[in-house]
Amino acid sequence: MTTMPQREAYGRALAEYGALNEKVVVLDADTSSSTLTNFFAAKFPDRFYNVGIAEPGMVDFGVGLSLGGYIPFVNAFAAFLALRAIEQVRTCIAYANTNVKLVGHYAGLSDYKDGPTHNCIVDVAVMRAIPNMTVIVPSDNNQIKNWIPVIAAHEGPLYFRMSRDVALPVHPESIQPQIGRAIQLREGSEVTLIANGTMLGRTLLAADQLEQAGIFARVLEIHTLKPLDVAAICAAASQTGAIVTVEEHSIIGGLGGAVAEALAENCPTPLVRVGVRDCFAYTALDAESLMDHMGLRVEDIVEAANIAIRKKYTGRDLV
Amino acid sequence: MKYLSEKRIFELEEIARQLRIESIKMIYKRQAGHPGGSLSAAEILSVLFFHKLRLKPENPHWEDRDRFLLSKGHASAILYAAMARRGFFPVDHLYHWGELDCHLQGHPDRVKTPGIEMSAGPLGHGLAIGAGLAMAARKSNRNYHTYVLLGDGEMQAGVVWEGANIAAKYHLANLTAILDYNDVQLDGPVHEIMPLEPIADRWKAFNWHVLEINGHNIRQIVEALDHAEEIHSKPTIIIARTTKGKGVSYMENDSRWHGAVPKPELYEQALKELQKEEV
Repeated sequence: MTTMPQREAYGRALAEYGALNEKVVVLDADTSSSTLTNFFAAKFPDRFYNVGIAEPGMVDFGVGLSLGGYIPFVNAFAAFLALRAIEQVRTCIAYANTNVKLVGHYAGLSDYKDGPTHNCIVDVAVMRAIPNMTVIVPSDNNQIKNWIPVIAAHEGPLYFRMSRDVALPVHPESIQPQIGRAIQLREGSEVTLIANGTMLGRTLLAADQLEQAGIFARVLEIHTLKPLDVAAICAAASQTGAIVTVEEHSIIGGLGGAVAEALAENCPTPLVRVGVRDCFAYTALDAESLMDHMGLRVEDIVEAANIAIRKKYTGRDLV
Repeated sequence: MKYLSEKRIFELEEIARQLRIESIKMIYKRQAGHPGGSLSAAEILSVLFFHKLRLKPENPHWEDRDRFLLSKGHASAILYAAMARRGFFPVDHLYHWGELDCHLQGHPDRVKTPGIEMSAGPLGHGLAIGAGLAMAARKSNRNYHTYVLLGDGEMQAGVVWEGANIAAKYHLANLTAILDYNDVQLDGPVHEIMPLEPIADRWKAFNWHVLEINGHNIRQIVEALDHAEEIHSKPTIIIARTTKGKGVSYMENDSRWHGAVPKPELYEQALKELQKEEV
């Protein structure tokens, strides 16, 4: 599981879970060989629907299947599911409170080959703003596998967001994620690095570098953007006094936005956000170099931690 | 096809007339709503709710009930009127429509109102959702039928045709769409805003079975719905030619009455016309 791309971990795990829950049906919009829902399709052809390049129609079709008692996993590139089909999502899933599982693939910068049109750095912001929606960004393959039964059992609208490629492994096979419950991966007292998705592995590497410099950083994984574990965020804020958020998403409206809102309202604390800084990205030769270029290097996280700590001690004027 | 007596036809016509009166009263009381597209659908809803649909209003979640989706959700007035008359909720709720603590929303809401199968409002959703319900019925070996009432303005929305594709691909013969073709939308005549013709050919080209009827003729509506059930290879659309604002002379074929409320004098005139109309 550890060296597989996220989509392969998901595709295999979904096909495996399909045998355990016959209510699960899977929809795709001509991307099943990318999202790897084709593993499920091969195993359960009569529970798989490929509707062609028609994400809005696919979302509504999934809504109908849910009204008829099934648990649809509706798959597409995040850019199209969260943007092209968003009115369907808002009205027919969130407002109507239907039991549909939306799975956004190739999120963040991970579709480096196809470029900024296929990247998606705003999906979490969009989904998080919609009432009734649960939003989850899994971090590694073991977690993805174990999320599947959890999200299938969750009654109600849910968005599950993944990247295309390999994320650094961080969790054991036994990881049992719970919706809305943050995971502390590392103890630390000087600063808390809050990360999710593909950036969790890089954040742990940053914590290693900080420790070599004598700075002990706590690492907290906020995989559930909504409902947000405000208690865990505030505990980290009060115990470490400085926060850094790290995500493969715009710094507006995603993890950084959510944490900023929680801190400002409940426990004001110096914060530095690492993420895509309100700009479109580029086409690149691989995802890693694109993430580096867009300010998501391990060194960027280390620098952000140092700035957050300085803010803690010297006031608010520093960048 | 079952025999339909003249008496039964008269009863359904009478119900349609009363649903029109109720819709106008509701819209006037609330000072909001969509009279034109409610009046054009009166016979269709009369036949569906009082003749065709297998429903148990006392048990709105009965698993084998037929499913009805009002895709043109702005015709909520007449849907609510039909549902109240059918017993899903007390008739007096109709006159609290739109109040903050009333379950009846501007557009239908499945969470708040018992018996509403699906929330609607933004146009274009009903067909693809209906396809999903029809597929669920097939998969779970249930013989309920799914009906979707579409507006003609909706035909301009791309997602309708995505739904049409899906239903045709999977040969969803247990799905019937009814097009309330009154040729008037918010901004004016449909044939001017964005023409639909040749609408029957378009649906045929999408591999649907197509029937064309007068949407105010009870016998034609009943026979078309019965006919649709005899088609086992593909979904059916019934293109029902109707008159927007049907039954109120000054509202007929006038886009100004898509979503407007009559002033007191015109309100009295509307009731008078509907009450004396002999059918």
